[in-house]
Amino acid sequence: MEKHVTVPFDKSVSESLKAGDYVFLDGTVYVARDAAHKRMTQSLAAGNELPFDIKDQTIYYMGPSPARDGKVIGSAGPTTASRMDKYAPQLLDLGQTGMIGKGRRSQAVKDAMIRNKATYFAAVGGAGALLSKCITSSEVVAYDDLGAEAVRKLTIKDFPVIVVMDCHGGCLY
Amino acid sequence: MREIPVESITEAVSEMCIKVCHELSDDMRTCLFDAYEKETSDIGKKILGQLKDNLAIAKEEMIPICQDTGMAVIFMKVGQDVHLTGGDITDAVNEGVRRGYREGFLRKSVVADPIERVNTKDNTPAVIHYEIVPGDKVGITLAPKGFGSENMSRVFMLKPADGIEGVKASILEAVRDAGPNACPPMVVGVGIGGTFEKCALLAKEALTRPAGEHSPIGYVKDLEEEMLDAINELDIGPAGLGGKCTAFAVNINTYPTHIAGLPVAVNICCHVNRHISVEI
Ligand code: SF4
Repeated sequence: MEKHVTVPFDKSVSESLKAGDYVFLDGTVYVARDAAHKRMTQSLAAGNELPFDIKDQTIYYMGPSPARDGKVIGSAGPTTASRMDKYAPQLLDLGQTGMIGKGRRSQAVKDAMIRNKATYFAAVGGAGALLSKCITSSEVVAYDDLGAEAVRKLTIKDFPVIVVMDCHGGCLY
Repeated sequence: MREIPVESITEAVSEMCIKVCHELSDDMRTCLFDAYEKETSDIGKKILGQLKDNLAIAKEEMIPICQDTGMAVIFMKVGQDVHLTGGDITDAVNEGVRRGYREGFLRKSVVADPIERVNTKDNTPAVIHYEIVPGDKVGITLAPKGFGSENMSRVFMLKPADGIEGVKASILEAVRDAGPNACPPMVVGVGIGGTFEKCALLAKEALTRPAGEHSPIGYVKDLEEEMLDAINELDIGPAGLGGKCTAFAVNINTYPTHIAGLPVAVNICCHVNRHISVEI
């Protein structure tokens, strides 16, 4: 089924999404990969705040190529989500409701998704040029020194994803 | 002795980096277009359609096909009658990578140390494999490798008694485990024989052989065809969401080995199987 979903979204929206739904996302998402996740969990361990309020937010696991002059961003497709499995449950417990990536997740992430009513979307891996056209703004909001791995805030429009794991335990893989 | 200034190698490598990350070779494009026509799963067809559009956008607007523009793997075949002048050949190759990744707006994905993990910010060093060959030419093959699929690659040290059935089981195990993580449809490079490191190198080099071109060895060609069919029966499908097309090609290279061993390496590549060659 095709749907349009506005990001950020709360748990009730997650509950309405089912594995297999083809979804177009509109709104804002945050971008973070391995290095940024590691730093975020280190900040939490040190008793500090995250660089953004994570409640109801969606994190896109992605590290773009550099933008050419006049472009918002370079190529911008998903990276393998399982590398974030070590960090994701803690962030889901803090209220994160969405994840965008590609590939399988661990049991600990599945459990955290059910517990917190979160949704995992897959974007098509290796379609970074096409996906970049659905990104209308991009701004680095933290960890600029990480280069391609910095935390960004993106505005997206008609961004195509598929629900691969829903908060009811459904999984497409 | 033919003299070749290393600067010409820098220039060639730099141009190759930019081209290969924006435009797939004809063999890979043909695979994708054929798969789109043949795919019977709705979601699979939709995904292959997105990948076709992605290729067109990448080429027209000079946006890399995939944001993971890889670690640069380079095969250098240097003729023994060549005298390289004007500097260190390895520095020259790395300078080409540095320039290409900067001028092509390609992602810098290399960290200087595997544990300390500080980005080198210019995508160097490349992984360079040198071979001395007869002649007075320098052949350069560049294959930037993304790590979504690299991480799913495997080496199996089989026993001779495992035989060809063991090889088949290893290939299928690697592909099944790779599943959606390796951005299918994949290209599967296989190395059989040699030693622990030689079979990995054979598998890597197999990925640079054009899809659809088979091994000249009869049983190996048959194995390539049989494995491609078997992989496409796994129903992993485009993006791992089910469908007929899980792999575009299985390319197998072999080498003599020890009486006690049967090494097998399976190097998985995604549909963005970038390879480009020039001869100077
Ligand atoms: S595996 Fe290939 S297509 Fe997928 S993200 Fe990596 S380079 Fe891109």
